[in-house]
Parts: sequence; structure tokens; C-alpha cells
Amino acid sequence: MRASAILHGNRSRLWFCTRAPPIIPRMKETVIEVAGLAKVFNGTPVVIDVGFTVAAGQTVALLGANGAGKTTTISMLLGLLLPSAGSIRMLAEDMVRHRHRVLGRINFSSPYVDLPRRLTVRQNLIFFAHLYGVPEARQRVDELAEELEIQDLLAQRSGSLSAGQKTRVSLAKALINRPEILLLDEPTASLDPDTGDWVRGYLEAYQAKSGAAILLASHNMAEVERLCDQVLMMSRGRIVDRDSPAALAERYGRQDLEQVFLDIARDRRTAERAAE
Amino acid sequence: MNRAVPANAGSARTRIGAMVLRHAYLMRTSWPRIFELMYWPTIQMVLWGFITVFLTTNSSYIAQATGVLISAVLLWDVLFRGQLGFSLSFLEEIWSRNLANLAVSPLRPAELLAALMTMSLIRTLIGILPAAGLAIVFYEISVFDLGLPLLAFFSNLLIMGWAIGMLVSALILRVGLGAESTAWLAIFLIAPVSAIYYPVSVLPEWLQAVAWWLPTAAVFEGMRSILIDGVVRGDLLWHAALLNALYLAVAAATFLYGIHVARRLGLLLQVGE
Repeated sequence: MRASAILHGNRSRLWFCTRAPPIIPRMKETVIEVAGLAKVFNGTPVVIDVGFTVAAGQTVALLGANGAGKTTTISMLLGLLLPSAGSIRMLAEDMVRHRHRVLGRINFSSPYVDLPRRLTVRQNLIFFAHLYGVPEARQRVDELAEELEIQDLLAQRSGSLSAGQKTRVSLAKALINRPEILLLDEPTASLDPDTGDWVRGYLEAYQAKSGAAILLASHNMAEVERLCDQVLMMSRGRIVDRDSPAALAERYGRQDLEQVFLDIARDRRTAERAAE
Repeated sequence: MNRAVPANAGSARTRIGAMVLRHAYLMRTSWPRIFELMYWPTIQMVLWGFITVFLTTNSSYIAQATGVLISAVLLWDVLFRGQLGFSLSFLEEIWSRNLANLAVSPLRPAELLAALMTMSLIRTLIGILPAAGLAIVFYEISVFDLGLPLLAFFSNLLIMGWAIGMLVSALILRVGLGAESTAWLAIFLIAPVSAIYYPVSVLPEWLQAVAWWLPTAAVFEGMRSILIDGVVRGDLLWHAALLNALYLAVAAATFLYGIHVARRLGLLLQVGE
């Protein structure tokens, strides 16, 4: 089902009929191409006809309430989950058939996936450096440790880190291979505002330097407004709107993205109540 | 774009080496793990060694070849440690919730299999070699007296251990950690019909037919043939090798299919503590 067909869904979704999602301009090389993506679990569709593109150097956010389908979408992009339908191309490769050709150029970070707890941070990072075929692994680990200010953590076991420290180490793991595509699930979860701000700054600098594409899922609206060129608003497994944060706020007549998010989330609840 | 990492993300050997390094780190940081690897084979060997010493003065069968029980104990442990070494290395990834990290890395499922088999070999050698050395010191019985066929016995038992380890791992991946105890239990299902300490002929006729479908029965019969009759039975070694080739292929296919199913059902993110 394409975007036009979504518009003919139930009445609760008619609010965006007059605000047709704009097509993201392809100014730079497209590194992520998703079309008609769907996932069905036990007969229940959890991701429905999701399609979008991300260009090199672009940061795109998947936004939506819990259960909207963000993590499922990212899992399918990573190959952790096989799609029920649709296609995913990353760095010009079919991710369902040939994902191993490009997985060395992609990385991800998620608060829901741990690093081996009994290994020290240094051992973990060296292990992942070897796994990703990074030349001069130890040098790369020292370089990242300095950049992310985790030198003091290198000798500590990963299992002994605080939530905030884990997030920074997880980010170091995600950057170990200097990925061209970075998939981040709640990249600043559990960080205090100061450290969160520092990490966002680091990501901006990394992207400016490397030209990497970043796709992130976040509940932090300020983070999305600061980092992202495009926002994909998800609700009940579908992308219901997309645009830049400023354009979305303007279109909904709201001050910021958080209010737009609430509009969409509450529309979902209204629809659920109507369905009952 | 700054591309320090080669497009093919290193070779398969590098990635398998990385996995072995990860488990070596794990063992290095936990001496009880290394101790545990050596503990059971040594205890088994000591126990059965004294039983052998006793029986040699009371049994003409054992008196024919005093090394038969100790060799059986050590070879059985090759199978047990081989299987456990594979399954536990896989379980370590689940316990540490690292499976998703591996699944999105350039590591291919077949390379994961190769890494787990390598770890199984290392764990088995760490467990068995000290016990084999102590058998020489304590009882002047050397399993190495089996000569070159020992290598064939060792390889066959290790490969069968891998095959069982793959099936156990596929089961755990499918049903979750509720099935982790099968890593310790599965191997004992075939112990009674593996003819470890007694010949296949001792079994009821219908069980003998089952036993000959197991590579283990052929290996232990081959071992007794050398120690008691001084005859190397090439036919038994081939019998074991062919069965192992079949079982390894089936088990590897099952494991790889298990990963495919896990990707379809989203189990790679869910499986864990």
C-alpha cells in the first residue's frame, strides 16, 4: 500500500489528507532506500507499507509513540528481523539477500543490546574492531576513547558501568568501524542533560567529518529538532507524516515537535477509542 | 568519505579470530572457568583410574588391557567437552545479550559456527590434556599409546560433539533459555548406547542396531580393538567418519535454519536473561 492508499484509511487519519507528505529531495547519494516495508507477527501487522530514503550526510528520525513500529523498522534495516514484504537497500545492496556485503560499513547502538559484561571496555572494543576488520584496532580504540572521553573506563568491566557510561561505550562500539550508516536507537537515553548535549555535539561533528547518514529513533524531541533534517512520524506501524522538524511544527500550527508528537499520539488514542 | 574500514570488513579468518579472542578474554578474566574445564575430566579420570586398579586384580577382561577404562573415560570426555564447549560458547553470547551485536556485524552465520567449533576444540584440549597427563603420572597409563588412531578417535568424537552442540544451540535459539539445561543433559541420552565401557554386544539386539547408527559406538569399539586385540579397525573409523559427516551436515543445516527462523520471528533481540 503506497502513501496515497494510506490517505484512504479510517477517518481518524484524515487530518493529514491536506498535508501530503513531501518527497525527500535526493540531492546527495541515497544510502538507505526502503519501499513497501511490512512486518506481520502472528497475523498482526506491526509495520505497514513503510517507505523512505536517507541520503549520505543526512540525519533522519523515526518518531512515534511506544509500539508505533520504530524499533521493528530499525531491526529490519539491520537484518535482525526479516521483513514480511518490501525491500531494503543500503549502500546500494539488497539487505535481505546480500546484507553481509555492507554490514562492515554500517553500525548501530541500542540501549536494549548489551556488550559482553564480563569483558573490560577495552577488550570489548578490540573484539568489535577485529570483528569489523578495523585496521590497527588498538590505535582506533585509544582514538575513540579519547574522543568520547572514556579513557578512565577502558579497564573497567562493561557490566560494572552506569547507564550513562554504558551509553557512551555503546556509542564507541557503534563508531568503531567509522560507519557510513549509523542506526541509533535512543542514543542519549540515560544520559544527564550535559552529557546528552555533548554526545549530540559529537554526533554532529562525526557526521560533518565523515558524511555518514544517521537514522535514529528517539523520544527526545529537543534532540530530534537539533540533529535531524527529516522526521518520519510513525503511528500504528505506518509513516503518517514526514518533513523537517520546523516544517512539521509549522504545518500543525505548533510551537515545537513535542506538540506535533502529542497531536499524532492523541489522534491514535482517539482512533483506538473509536474502534472500541 | 573517510573509509578506514575495508569494504569487505576483513577476512573470514579475522572475524573468526575475533570471536575466539572474545572468548579467550572471557576465560582469561575468570580463572574458575578454566578450573571448571579441567576439573571434571580430572575427577573422572582419578575415579575410574582407581576402579581400574581394583578391577585389574579381579577381572580377566580388564586385566587384558589396563588402559581400557581410563582411555574410555578420557575419550568420552572429548565428546562431552566438545559438545559442552560448543553449546556454552553459544550460551555465553545469549547470557551477555551479545547475539544481536553479532547478528548485525559482518560475521556470517557459517563463520559463527566455525568460531564456536574452534572454541570447542580449545576448551576440550584445556580440559582433557591435564587429565591425560595425570593418568600417566598416577597410573602409568597413557592414552597416547593408542597411537595415530587416537587422532581419528579424537576428531570423530569432537565432530559428533559439535553436531550435538549445534542441535542444542538451535533448540535454545528457538525456545529460549528455558532449554539451556539440554546443553548438559543431551549428551547423556546417547551414553548408554555408545558402548563406552562395555562392548556393543552387551546391548539387547534392537539397541545394538541403534548403537551402530552412532559414531560413538564405532569409536569405542575401535578403541577396545586396539587396546585389547592390538588391531586397528579401519572399517570402524570409516563407519564413524561417514556417520559424522551426515550428522554434522544435518546439524549445521538445522543451526543455520534456526538462525533464519530467529530472524523471521525476531528472536535475536528477545533471547537472553
